Amino acid sequence: MKRTLKERLAILSDAAKYDASCASSGGEKRNSTNGGIGSSGGSGICHAYTPDGRCISLLKILMTNFCIFDCAYCINRVSSNVERARFSVEEVVTLTLEFYRRNYIEGLFLSSGIIRSPDQTMADMVRIARTLRQQHQFKGYIHLKTIPDASPELIKEAGLWADRLSINVELPQDASLRQLAPEKRPETIRAAMAQVRVESEGAKEKTYTGRRSQRFAPAGQSTQMIIGADGADDVSILNTATRLYSGYKLKRVYYSAFSPIPDASSALPLIKPPLVREHRLYQADWLMRYYGFSSEEIAVGTRKGHLDLDLDPKLAWALKQRAVFPLDINVAPRELLLRVPGFGVRTVDRIIESRRHALLRFGDLIRIGASMKKARPFITTPDWTPGQLTDSPGLRARFTPPPEQLTLL
Amino acid sequence: MTYSVTLPQLGVWQAWRNAARLAISHGIPPHKITWNGGDDLFGDQSLPSEPGVEAVHVPPEFIRIASSVVWHSAPERFSFLYEALWRLAKGERAALSQADPLGRRLGVMAKSVGRDIHKMHAFVRFRELPTEGERRSFGAWFEPEHNTLEPGADFFAKRFADMDWLIATPGLTARFHGGRLTFEPGSSKPDLPDDASEALWATYFANIFNPARIKLDAMRSEMPQKYWKNLPETRLIPSMLADAEERVQRMREAGASEPRRGAAAVSTRYREKLALPDEMPSNLEEAERLARHCQRCGLCEAATQTVWGKGNPNARIMIVGEQPGDREDLAGRPFVGPAGQLLHGIMADAGLDPSTVWLTNAVKHFKFTPRGRKRIHQNPNRGEIERCRWWLGLELGMVKPTITMALGASAAFALTSNGGPLSRRRGTIETGLHGGPVLISWHPSFILREQQKARQAQIRLELAADIAAAMQAVTRVAAA
Repeated sequence: MKRTLKERLAILSDAAKYDASCASSGGEKRNSTNGGIGSSGGSGICHAYTPDGRCISLLKILMTNFCIFDCAYCINRVSSNVERARFSVEEVVTLTLEFYRRNYIEGLFLSSGIIRSPDQTMADMVRIARTLRQQHQFKGYIHLKTIPDASPELIKEAGLWADRLSINVELPQDASLRQLAPEKRPETIRAAMAQVRVESEGAKEKTYTGRRSQRFAPAGQSTQMIIGADGADDVSILNTATRLYSGYKLKRVYYSAFSPIPDASSALPLIKPPLVREHRLYQADWLMRYYGFSSEEIAVGTRKGHLDLDLDPKLAWALKQRAVFPLDINVAPRELLLRVPGFGVRTVDRIIESRRHALLRFGDLIRIGASMKKARPFITTPDWTPGQLTDSPGLRARFTPPPEQLTLL
Repeated sequence: MTYSVTLPQLGVWQAWRNAARLAISHGIPPHKITWNGGDDLFGDQSLPSEPGVEAVHVPPEFIRIASSVVWHSAPERFSFLYEALWRLAKGERAALSQADPLGRRLGVMAKSVGRDIHKMHAFVRFRELPTEGERRSFGAWFEPEHNTLEPGADFFAKRFADMDWLIATPGLTARFHGGRLTFEPGSSKPDLPDDASEALWATYFANIFNPARIKLDAMRSEMPQKYWKNLPETRLIPSMLADAEERVQRMREAGASEPRRGAAAVSTRYREKLALPDEMPSNLEEAERLARHCQRCGLCEAATQTVWGKGNPNARIMIVGEQPGDREDLAGRPFVGPAGQLLHGIMADAGLDPSTVWLTNAVKHFKFTPRGRKRIHQNPNRGEIERCRWWLGLELGMVKPTITMALGASAAFALTSNGGPLSRRRGTIETGLHGGPVLISWHPSFILREQQKARQAQIRLELAADIAAAMQAVTRVAAA
């Protein structure tokens, strides 16, 4: 008996939840005042949050969870006994539009298991995006997952309809991917990312006649790495991320703590997902993208290649680089202010703006919104100097949580 | 004398702006104005109708903050803003500084309004209403924290332009009908009919949730509980949580499962298609296919792809560079970056048609270190060149060029195994490891790196002369 739409939605959203990305930001500004439905551009909107702390911005579903690949970490691998289902093109289109009209979502994030061949699967996904854009003049956000080994022509067409394309590198090291996902090949995954970068750079250039060339994924590309499924340490994960950012101009690298799946493969242990580690990696990634840190600098604060789980990576770095501190808030340049633990980008901007009018004192920094508990040992103001605190051996202990007391059985 | 200003509910931004402009032009100090009926109603009079003499200019930042703060629910919002305006008019730029108590207060208020608008855009939930007309019709009930429906409604008008909708809030109702947006007084919560899509939405919400990772704080900070009562999906949260622990426990207990029947056959079939032949390649295409998946050294891990040679398989001249650069690595083709373009220019000057030569590199993967958003080229080491020599040998054996040009030290080493400095060898012909003649020359990137103009021109001339010499060598052999 054929399953109802609701039953299939349950299966195919359950199957899609291991992709962390749900971003709907960036890309081109569009709206429907000249016809069609929807708008996009600017900052993304998260329409709901589930108790796992992840946002729902897009309808994130699989076109089908039938798959001929056998990736050990994936619930949809060919050897899994999970229930299988498939949406038709029209069903995905209708679900997207009806959810959109009720303001549940910003758009569609479509991924898929691989059926028959990578090209056939990608072609079906492209057809869904094309139908939404052409037939329904859908102006909302579309994120398409690129199927590994899909032909360059299909990737090119996908970029014509989608705001964002992504292809997951899945694991931080080639060797682990080859081992756990025997059908996937790191070199073809990277080649697809390179193509996306080259095509979108081409789309941004005007042609020699001055005409704008064809649009291509205006919100760029992203990727995802599973954390904790292989033995890669945090420093090598961040090195891989740095290579991906520099090579393919990725908007984001998502880190997804490996979490147990029903119907697991014997190749991977069912662990508790390393959520704190995932969080620290995101913080480190942020430092690399917005605070001018390199992965080598972040490595200074790591222990045996791993980020300190008790401290945020900037604080961990600062504790190892105390010679840089304390900084005089009223004269330090922006690049150095960004390195003060407890100062975010916005705090630093406000400091620079405010110190033009007056000398900043300790109380002013509190008002500005800086986290002074963290920043105190690393700065000076006219009314504050940390004295011995900056170099005191007990400084680290001030920031780490107290050791957990053993409980009696 | 004191003044009293009463502002309307609709269009309050423009109204406050007009009033404030008028007041400040007469130099009326903040303590002389009561906004929207303060405590002292007696003896107040309205503002003069004509503008005064004082012209006031404010930074755009003030307009940005004020146009947001006016929608705040706090009654003091107008007097705070006028106070800031007064101080700005007196030349006190710090009035908007986030280190200033008033500036900070306004900053926090503006942020709170911005967030409330953003949350309204996120959390309004429409239900479909019955309609006679052609346009579909939807309605929603929402309870914002501030007076944010008016500034926030335009978003819905632009997004849902092809349908009619209304958003009712306690203070104001927005109605979009036939493409026109109008506002009416607020109401109590209207009766909205059930909507079948809400059940599908609930199904989605419950299933996209991963029970193995509970992060309630993250959820609550982004979806504050004050909004929950009008979000249908939040009703599911308690049961989702109650169930979560048990679901994960069941997964753990179930452990690994037996592979599905028939899966192995599917895998075998697909993997056979991917498998690479293990016999020696007999032509350039076969060699290229194998080289795509080369893991002979560690460079493949960081580089994008193998950059195989390109050109005429029967070429008389083979040109060997060092390794692909950033652009070559992305494009998958050799000599397409700045140095490659320079080489093509020099070849064109010398009259050498690129489609008659075979262009390749000593090492087929890009070696680099990431520096910020850039990838900085690194020279391949001896080991990498030696391991990649396998592919270069295949190319030499299949193209069988009359003469091979080695551009730069890495190429010279790959072809001759002689790592000696290039300055004394350039322009000479050595015998390659394959037994054929190798003409040693500069790499075009050497020209790009050279700072001195005269020296640059000199290197370029020498490279051009070597290309010409290679062409002559080919002609001589053909004539003989």
